[in-house]
Amino acid sequence: MIKIHNLHKSFDEKVVLRGVDLDVFDGERLVIIGRSGCGKSVLLKHILNLMQPDKGYILVDNIAIRKVGQKDLFFLRKQFGFLFQGAALFDSMSVAENVALPLVEHTDLSPAEIERKVAEKLELVGLPGTQDLRPAELSGGMKKRIGLARAIVMDPKYVLYDEPTTGLDPIMAASIDKLIIDLSNQLKLTSIVVTHDMQSVEKVATRVVMLHVGKIIFNGDVQALHQSDNAVVNQFVSGSIEGPIQPKPVKY
Amino acid sequence: MSEYHLLLPEQLTLSNVAEEYALLRQDIRKARNGDTIILDCGRLHLLDSAGVAMLDQFNSLCQQRELRLIEEHCSADIGKIKELFHFSAPTSKKHAPRPSFFERLGQRGYALLGHLSEGLFLISNIFYWAIVSFFNKRLRRQGEVIRQSLQIGLNALPIIGLIAFLIGFILALQSAVQLRQFGANIYVADLVAVAMVSEMGPLITAIMVAGRSGSSIAAEIATMKVSEELDALQVMGIDPLPYLMVPKFYALLLTLPLLTVLANVIGILGGMIIGVTYLNIEIIPFYHEVISVLRYKDIMIFLVKSITFSAIILFTAAYFGLKAEGGAEGVGRVTTSAVVASIFWVIVADSILGLIFYFVEPVF
Ligand SMILES: Nc1ncnc2c1ncn2[C@@H]1O[C@H](COP(=O)(O)OP(=O)(O)OP(=O)(O)O)[C@@H](O)[C@H]1O
Ligand SMILES: [Mg+2]
Repeated sequence: MIKIHNLHKSFDEKVVLRGVDLDVFDGERLVIIGRSGCGKSVLLKHILNLMQPDKGYILVDNIAIRKVGQKDLFFLRKQFGFLFQGAALFDSMSVAENVALPLVEHTDLSPAEIERKVAEKLELVGLPGTQDLRPAELSGGMKKRIGLARAIVMDPKYVLYDEPTTGLDPIMAASIDKLIIDLSNQLKLTSIVVTHDMQSVEKVATRVVMLHVGKIIFNGDVQALHQSDNAVVNQFVSGSIEGPIQPKPVKY
Repeated sequence: MSEYHLLLPEQLTLSNVAEEYALLRQDIRKARNGDTIILDCGRLHLLDSAGVAMLDQFNSLCQQRELRLIEEHCSADIGKIKELFHFSAPTSKKHAPRPSFFERLGQRGYALLGHLSEGLFLISNIFYWAIVSFFNKRLRRQGEVIRQSLQIGLNALPIIGLIAFLIGFILALQSAVQLRQFGANIYVADLVAVAMVSEMGPLITAIMVAGRSGSSIAAEIATMKVSEELDALQVMGIDPLPYLMVPKFYALLLTLPLLTVLANVIGILGGMIIGVTYLNIEIIPFYHEVISVLRYKDIMIFLVKSITFSAIILFTAAYFGLKAEGGAEGVGRVTTSAVVASIFWVIVADSILGLIFYFVEPVF
C-alpha cells in the first residue's frame, strides 16, 4: 500500500502540488486524471523518490521512502515498474538489451532464460521480433510499448504508468488497456495509471482521482465520476470548452 | 466615428460583475480608436465595491484602446458609492532595497560553497564506487572499461600524435636558433626531452582528451539526464554512478597515461628531426642525451600529472553532465561549460603540480 500525505512541491516560484493526500490500496487500478501540466508526472516521480517533496511524506508498505538509506531505496525501487512518459529508453542499447537490463543487473538468470523472458514480454506488448532494433529506429508508440515491456520485466509489485496509451492508435491503445487489466488480475499487482484518455479511464479504472491545481478534487469510481456535481470534473469528463476551466494559457 | 450605447443592469455586485464585464467587453469588441462609449447608469441602483472595481477596470480598458467613455444618468447615490470605492493607484512606490555589496558578495560566496560541496560530494562518491566496484565483481560491467578505453584512446591516437609531433618540432626549432649561437647544439635534446615529458606531453594530451572525450562524456550524461534515462536507471535499482561513471573513470585512468607516453615519444622524435637536419646531431648521441637527462623524477611528474588530469576531466564532465536541465539547449550549455572548466582546472593543476615538484623531490 502506498500512502501519500500532504505532499507539497514547488519549482522556484511555481507551485505544482499543494497538499496531495492519496492512498493506493493493494491490487487496485488507480487512474489519475488531470489537465496537462497539473503535476501528474511530478506526483508519480515523488512516489519513487526521483523528486523530493518540500513538505509531506510518502509511505510505501509503511516505509517512509525519504528516510530509507541508499541501499534499501534501491531494494524498494526494485518492487516498482515505471513507464516514463517519454519512454526513456537507452539509446546506446538495442531493444533486447533495454528490456533485459534489470534482469541482467539484478538476477542470476542465464542468458538463454533472459532471452526467453524478453521475448515473452515483447510478445505481450505486441512487438515480437524487435529485439535487435535500436530505439532510434522505433516510432513513438513503439518506444512506449518497449518502455512498458521494460517496466514489467521484473514482475514488479507496483507498476506506475505515465500515459501508457497516448500516441497509440485506438486498437493498440485498447490492447494496452487490456494488458494493464490482465497484468493486474493475473499477477495481483497494483497499478497507478496517469492518462488523459477518457476511454481508457472507463476500461481500466477501479478507482479514479482527479488532480486539479495541486490538489485531489475527485476520488471515486467511474460511475461516481460521471455523476459528479463538481463543475471542473464534469467539464474534464465531457471535454467541453465551456466551464470553469478556461483553455486559455495560464500565466506562469 | 461611431457611438456605442451600453445599458448597465440594475445591480452590479460581486455575484455578477465577471459576467457583466465579459458582456461589456464583448460589446466594445468592434470599437475603434476615437469611438465613443456611452454607459447608461439609469437603471443601476445596487452597486458594491466589486462593481466599482469593474467599472474602473472598464474605464482603463477604454483608455488603453483610446475610446471615449461617457457615463450617463448617474444618480447621486451611485455617484457617492463610486467615489467611496474608487481605486486610486498608489502615488509613491517603495523599491526593494538593492542588496548591498557585502550581501551580494555573501550570496556569491554561499552559492560557490554550495557548488563546491556538491562537487566534493560527487568526487568522493565516484571514488567510493570506483574502489567498491574494483573488488565487487557484480558491480562491474563486462567489457565496459575496455570499450570505453578504445573509444577514448584509440580514436584520439592520430590527432594527439600529430599535435605532439608539431609541438616537439617547433620547440626544437625555436631553441635551435638560440643554441646554435653558443655552439650548444646538443642541448636541444635535453630541452625537448624535459619540456615534453614533464610539461608539454601531459598538458596537451589532457587538453585534447578534455576536448574530445570530456565533452562527449558530459554530453552523453546530460542527454541521459534530460531524457529521463538516469531516472529510469534509478527506478530499475541501478545507481548511475557505478554503472556509467566508474567504467569511464577507469578507462580514462588507463588511457591518458598511455596517450601521454605516446605524445612524449613522438614529441621527442619531432625534436630529433630538427636536431638531425638543422643542428647536425647524429641520432645515436641525441638518443643518449635524451636518456641521460630524463631522470626518475621527470617520469614521476608525468605519471602524477596525467593521472590527476584524467580524474579532473572525468569529474568535471560528470559534474556538469549531471547538472543539465532543459532540452537540447541545456545539453549544449553544460557540454561547453564542462570543456572550458576541465581545461581550466587541468592548467591550474598543472601549475600547482609544477610548483610542488620544483620544491619537492618525490620520495617514492
Ligand atoms: N524539473 C522541473 N523543473 C521545473 N518545473 C517543472 C519540472 N518538472 C515539472 N515542472 C513543472 O511542473 C508542472 C507539472 O508538470 P508535470 O510534468 O507533472 O505535468 P503533467 O500533469 O504530467 O502534464 P502532462 O499531462 O502534459 O504530462 C509543469 O507546469 C512544469 O512546468
Ligand atoms: Mg506528464
